[in-house]
Amino acid sequence: MTVAILCIAGIGLVAAVVLAIADGCLSVKEDPRIGMVVAALPGANCGGCGFPGCDGYARALVAGTAPNGACAAGGEACAAEIAKILGVEAVATERRVALVKCCGTRSEAIRVGDYNGICDCGVAAMTAGGDKGCTYGCLGYGACANVCPKGAISIRDGLAKVDKRLCIGCGKCVAVCPRRLIELVPASATIHVLCNNPDKGPNVRKVCGVGCMGCHLCEKNSGGKEAGHFTFQGFLAKVNYANPPTDAAIVAKCPAKCMMEDPHFESGR
Amino acid sequence: MGRYIVLTVSAVLVNNFVLSRFLGCCPFLGVSKKLDTALGMSGAVVFVMTIASAVTWCLDRWLLFPNGLGYIHTLAFILVIAALVQFIDIAMKRFLPPLHAALGIFLPLITTNCAVLGVAEMNYASRAGCGEAVFFAFAAAIGFGFALVLFSGIREKLAHADPPRCFRGIALALVTGGLLALAFMGFSGLDKGLERIMQ
Repeated sequence: MTVAILCIAGIGLVAAVVLAIADGCLSVKEDPRIGMVVAALPGANCGGCGFPGCDGYARALVAGTAPNGACAAGGEACAAEIAKILGVEAVATERRVALVKCCGTRSEAIRVGDYNGICDCGVAAMTAGGDKGCTYGCLGYGACANVCPKGAISIRDGLAKVDKRLCIGCGKCVAVCPRRLIELVPASATIHVLCNNPDKGPNVRKVCGVGCMGCHLCEKNSGGKEAGHFTFQGFLAKVNYANPPTDAAIVAKCPAKCMMEDPHFESGR
Repeated sequence: MGRYIVLTVSAVLVNNFVLSRFLGCCPFLGVSKKLDTALGMSGAVVFVMTIASAVTWCLDRWLLFPNGLGYIHTLAFILVIAALVQFIDIAMKRFLPPLHAALGIFLPLITTNCAVLGVAEMNYASRAGCGEAVFFAFAAAIGFGFALVLFSGIREKLAHADPPRCFRGIALALVTGGLLALAFMGFSGLDKGLERIMQ
């Protein structure tokens, strides 16, 4: 019995001594600022900054190869804290959130077929372009919702909806959407054009009841071309987020009903 | 030579650590969502299991057994394996940074892995020689990695499925793991047959 106790204690002691020596002799000198920066980052490991996780971004920051302010999840407060640790200026960033530029719900958008395949937008888009008549619109199979690290996206009535409060602006949904209709927009912008179809008005009308026809009324109502609140791509109005419109009255005047004031949805969690 | 082939087939397919002995189920379910993390974990397990079995064999043969302390082997093995994994973590960080970057995050997970302790226990029970014990540990770890990689491949495909809500996530993973274990039961008897052919 005594021998057993002594033996276990001996093994423990030897292991402890070896580990203590190893820790002292073999430890790698790491910049202590890396740990401090990691602590300042939100730790979501979302990859939105383009580095492998918060740790990778912290290393790049300390090495001086990454701009401070690339962390969308942490926002300004986080950038300011990192600036304090590293002694560099924070690049001014505004919180950005994902916006799904489509409002063609099941009742509004024409479906041209039945899709019973794998529940993924990428697969649906490859299968004869999906079941939606509009080849620019949201398929609603939730590829963005599946990839969202915060569970901020849910599918309602055949459309992806983003909860503005939960979105950290990592941009994973932007990359995964086969229709490329998700955009990161400033969280402060309230007026959006929820359409992604640049076709001519009649062609848009054939496939969707709420598609943008490019009538330029929103531009006229917001002070004309000089005001520069909108840009046009083909027959599709786009909000100029560098200079977004503020007058909510133009929303009601949109004849296509594809403009909305703060369409961000709350998932109610 | 024939003996080692039988040992390999037995450890990898017939008596697979995860699917037949149900050792190491925690990483099997925990790190099998993506193929690349599964590969990293498998590599770490192969590395640690092989070294740990060599160390525990030495401990057993030179310290515990001669002193009649066989009855405390489990306790001693846990202690030594935990210290060993910590030591490997430190040493790897210093001397093999690329390998540490690939396997580093998995090493602390292995400290309390029952598969590592299980292989030491089995070697203790079988009183195998040093070479055989280390080879068995290596083959068993390969078997573990094989099961983990297979399972993660299936789970990556399953991510695109649309199961009922109550089945999503770990429930479906457990059912899939069970089916995989059933499929591996098809290998039973293969090692005995091979042994007969070899003789």
